[in-house]
Amino acid sequence: MMDWQALRLSLLLGVLTVVILAPIALVVGRWLATTRLRGRAAIEAALTLPLVLPPTVIGFYLLVGLGPESPVGHGWISMFGQPLVFSFEGVLFASVLVNLPFAVQPTQRAFEAIGQDLRDAAATCGHSLWRTIWRIELPLAWPGIVTGAVLVFAHTLGEFGVVLMVGGSIPGETRTLALSIYDRVQAFDNASAARMAALLMAISLIAVTASFVLGGRSRKRA
Amino acid sequence: MPKGLSITLRQSAPIPLAVELVVASGETLALVGASGAGKSTTLRAIAGLYQAPQGRIVCNGEIWFDHQQGINVPGRRRRVGVVFQSYALFPHKTALSNVSEAMLDQPRRAREAIALELLDRVHLGDFADRLPRELSGGQQQRVALARALARDPHVLLLDEPFSAVDHPTRRAMHSLLAEIRRSTKMPIIIVSHDVEDASRGADQICYMRDGVTVEQGPTRVLLDTPHTHLSRWLKSEL
Repeated sequence: MMDWQALRLSLLLGVLTVVILAPIALVVGRWLATTRLRGRAAIEAALTLPLVLPPTVIGFYLLVGLGPESPVGHGWISMFGQPLVFSFEGVLFASVLVNLPFAVQPTQRAFEAIGQDLRDAAATCGHSLWRTIWRIELPLAWPGIVTGAVLVFAHTLGEFGVVLMVGGSIPGETRTLALSIYDRVQAFDNASAARMAALLMAISLIAVTASFVLGGRSRKRA
Repeated sequence: MPKGLSITLRQSAPIPLAVELVVASGETLALVGASGAGKSTTLRAIAGLYQAPQGRIVCNGEIWFDHQQGINVPGRRRRVGVVFQSYALFPHKTALSNVSEAMLDQPRRAREAIALELLDRVHLGDFADRLPRELSGGQQQRVALARALARDPHVLLLDEPFSAVDHPTRRAMHSLLAEIRRSTKMPIIIVSHDVEDASRGADQICYMRDGVTVEQGPTRVLLDTPHTHLSRWLKSEL
């Protein structure tokens, strides 16, 4: 049996993560692509951490950092009257954090590929920074930005460890499709698990194929 | 109001610079020297793309940069036309759009009409709808020249316009530059490591070495006089 509620929650989590991360990735990615700051490597390394750390480690830190005893968790409870952990909002927060490298890195690479000479040419054409970003950089960088968005969406659908640690597996609140598959397997309902796994794989495959197509178009243009 | 361009630049790091240049209106200056001599940095400083810690750049009486007075007009407000060594054409825009891009303060129809006129002037009127990747290197360079002229610049700067192009393209560029020299009164600076190409048609030549403008003078005088720094450098290059 398909867990439609979990599918809806996974899709909602994926879309919201993309919506929140897109502007962050644009600002951070472009800044990293153009800054000459000495600490750039350290910032890039910190942003890459979610890629290399085990999800349980990130999940543990988030559980502690967002828990009711933490300043963030305490502030959240006083504002909204309920804890941040084991809630959809908590899972969304964790998802945004975990997906930062997936969004920032392709965006950064796309802005890096533009080259300083085009920015200089735009300046000698009389363009302000904003006009250069709008008319020159964004049209050239958009395949990278979309690739980042697609990767974030696909990765969010498949995220398991961090969601389980921060959100548990509460039906309708934090139980995503990936968690639902795990629950079905635990209950020896392999037929349902197989159906949901196939669906998740199909969605991810479509998303990743789209990102490769866009990447190919971008390379052709260059 | 004095016409022309005068540049004084001083810096000790990251590369030492001691630049003194004067180019009168309607004059063409060939800025020559070995790679790493500071020619392109000087060009970038004139265009407002690089700021030296000390110096003064004045164009037609208008101060573009003066570190003592704290004046530094941003590159986008300086009326400078630049032909970059890489051409730096916007790859997602057609030749016409590339040239129009330098005139966004004008209504669309007007800027497209001027852009087409400029493309005709560089013999590319029939290629207006082509993207840069659909043009040859020489054609791209001519689009870059048309774009550099689009803002009705007070100074025209060309960075290594004769390197990485074949002989016919070089000849075409020379004749275009000769035509521009005849029809405008702006100072033109051509940066090149190739003295022969750069000096053709140049009224003045300036030799740069290790960030220092060693000598500047009339082209023929400096080239024909033995024992000038330029002659000695040319001999050492042979």
